[in-house]
Amino acid sequence: MTTLVVFVEHSGGNARRGSLEALGAAHAAGCDCIAVLAGADAAQAAQTLGGSGATKAVVLTGPAEHSADAVASAMAEVVGAQGADGFLAASTHHGQDLAARVAAHLDSVLFSDCTGLTSEGDSLSVQRSWLAGKAIAQLTSTAPAFCCTTRLNVFEVCEGEGSVEVSEHAISAEPKTRVVSIEAKGDSKLDVKEAPVVVSGGRGMKEAEHFSLIEDLAAAFGNAAVGASRAVVDTGWRPHSEQVGQTGKVVAPQLYVAVGISGAIQHLAGMRTSGTIVAINKDAEAPIFKVADYGIVGDALEIVPALAEAVRAVKAEG
Amino acid sequence: MNIIACVKRVPTTDAEVRFKADASGLETDSLPYMISFYDEIALEQAVLTKEALGGEVTALSLGPASGSKEIRECLAKGADKAVILTDDEWMSSDCRATAKRLAAAIGELDAQLVFMGRVATDRDNAAVGPMCATYLGWACVSGVIEMECGEDKGTAKVETENGIETVEFSLPAVITCNKGLNTPRYAGLKGIMAAKKKPLEEQAPAEADGQAVLSTVIAPPARPEGRIVGTGAEAIPALIDALRNEAQVL
Ligand SMILES: Cc1cc2nc3c(=O)[nH]c(=O)nc-3n(C[C@H](O)[C@H](O)[C@H](O)COP(=O)(O)OP(=O)(O)OC[C@H]3O[C@@H](n4cnc5c(N)ncnc54)[C@H](O)[C@@H]3O)c2cc1C
Repeated sequence: MTTLVVFVEHSGGNARRGSLEALGAAHAAGCDCIAVLAGADAAQAAQTLGGSGATKAVVLTGPAEHSADAVASAMAEVVGAQGADGFLAASTHHGQDLAARVAAHLDSVLFSDCTGLTSEGDSLSVQRSWLAGKAIAQLTSTAPAFCCTTRLNVFEVCEGEGSVEVSEHAISAEPKTRVVSIEAKGDSKLDVKEAPVVVSGGRGMKEAEHFSLIEDLAAAFGNAAVGASRAVVDTGWRPHSEQVGQTGKVVAPQLYVAVGISGAIQHLAGMRTSGTIVAINKDAEAPIFKVADYGIVGDALEIVPALAEAVRAVKAEG
Repeated sequence: MNIIACVKRVPTTDAEVRFKADASGLETDSLPYMISFYDEIALEQAVLTKEALGGEVTALSLGPASGSKEIRECLAKGADKAVILTDDEWMSSDCRATAKRLAAAIGELDAQLVFMGRVATDRDNAAVGPMCATYLGWACVSGVIEMECGEDKGTAKVETENGIETVEFSLPAVITCNKGLNTPRYAGLKGIMAAKKKPLEEQAPAEADGQAVLSTVIAPPARPEGRIVGTGAEAIPALIDALRNEAQVL
């Protein structure tokens, strides 16, 4: 059986959803998973992994926890020490960065942000997009270790029962970088890549102030993040971190609501694999309607507040 | 200081993609090309760093010899010289092969600081920077949105799912650049004229020795036909109904 070491990120003693999805992806492909965790509370988070697809967990210890290079070399050591066949992480900022470093330590190619992971006999293959979704490639590798990262919100979390055997591995490499501070974002703020619902606004919102309507609609859904088109990011209405598209973030939420966004090819590239797409645009010919499952033609400033109210009413019913 | 900006020639973001009939690759003949969006930011940061600390900027690209038009643009925007590691199959060089071959070239150029884009907008791997740094045994910070750098160390900010992290790094280092780090300059007429006299060298890269094996590449499946549920705020009940009962996402 193929065994993969899976990087599990955590906060507040619990694994992050993206990491649980990565474990789920490996489990569904018939792989045995060994979780590897770093940072404060790692041991606590490791204990919560029973039933997630991991049977073992390795907690990294040592002073270099906050150095990506030192952590990566420890993770590559874990792959070797456990006799694993590869390395997997969710394609978050740290997951992607560490996976690339681990792959290089293992002198193996990395497949990033995969949307499919399947096994045939002993070999794994991935599906991933090129050109931000304009092409879908199916790939295998001849590398000594199989390394990939999984796109968020694509793979199912494994909901089983079980226990994990936890061990430790010391970080020994001399760090070359060090995280000196983290300016945490508000607890309630979901990242646009992680959120199951994304409400994005474009130039059709007319003014930066009107994004309070988008924020309010996101709040009505409860589990939503705010996204934006490049046009509104470049004018400074919204931060870069919210940009969806080929030169922003590629997202695949269950529900994507595009408000006052025309649907330029670069924007579509970033969201076209979303589960359900809703578009609100005053122009019935806007290209966004070509990818939308449901569309409303009309003025966003009128529709968005009323939609927020309707969503709240539904949520209140339970 | 010897500073390198690694730049990749990629299809423009609005390019229509066509596929080989047997799904074995993309039709690349008539594609329009550009320097990858994030690599423009890397080049600008290299030039800004040189302006602050002194030294020389080399634009380094693994790509086709026919890509020299795009690489000349880098010279017009402030790079002092350029090196193309010529490979007509550059787009299918996997991230490991690219990282290794760039690392070998970087070693020979005796650089202290290398800037790359966070991700190339063709293969979307976001891997070459940290992989290359790992092969070199250098420090690396990925996805930088703000930075300061001195002769032997620097600090950089990156945006993660947890918030904004500030990272200290020692030189030599590879920095991958994210949107927001700077606003790339345009090439002025003076720059374009000056670029004509700057050295652009072609070298043979190390052998590719790729590991990624492409089975098929096809167009993404079309999304199921959608519908306009109505006009104006009156359409909201129909939308709510569709989201609850059809799509079951509410
Ligand atoms: C290299 C490159 C990379 C790029 N990368 C990205 C990227 O990553 N992400 C991205 O988004 N873009 C990207 N773009 C930009 C992209 O081409 C478009 O310019 C951009 O997406 C347009 O943003 P928009 O839809 O908000 O604005 P517009 O195209 O101006 O569209 C505004 C829309 O709002 C509608 N509207 C106006 N008023 C109202 C109203 N009252 N109510 C409802 N609707 C209304 C209009 O009908 C229109 O459809 C990139 C471009 C280039 C060249």
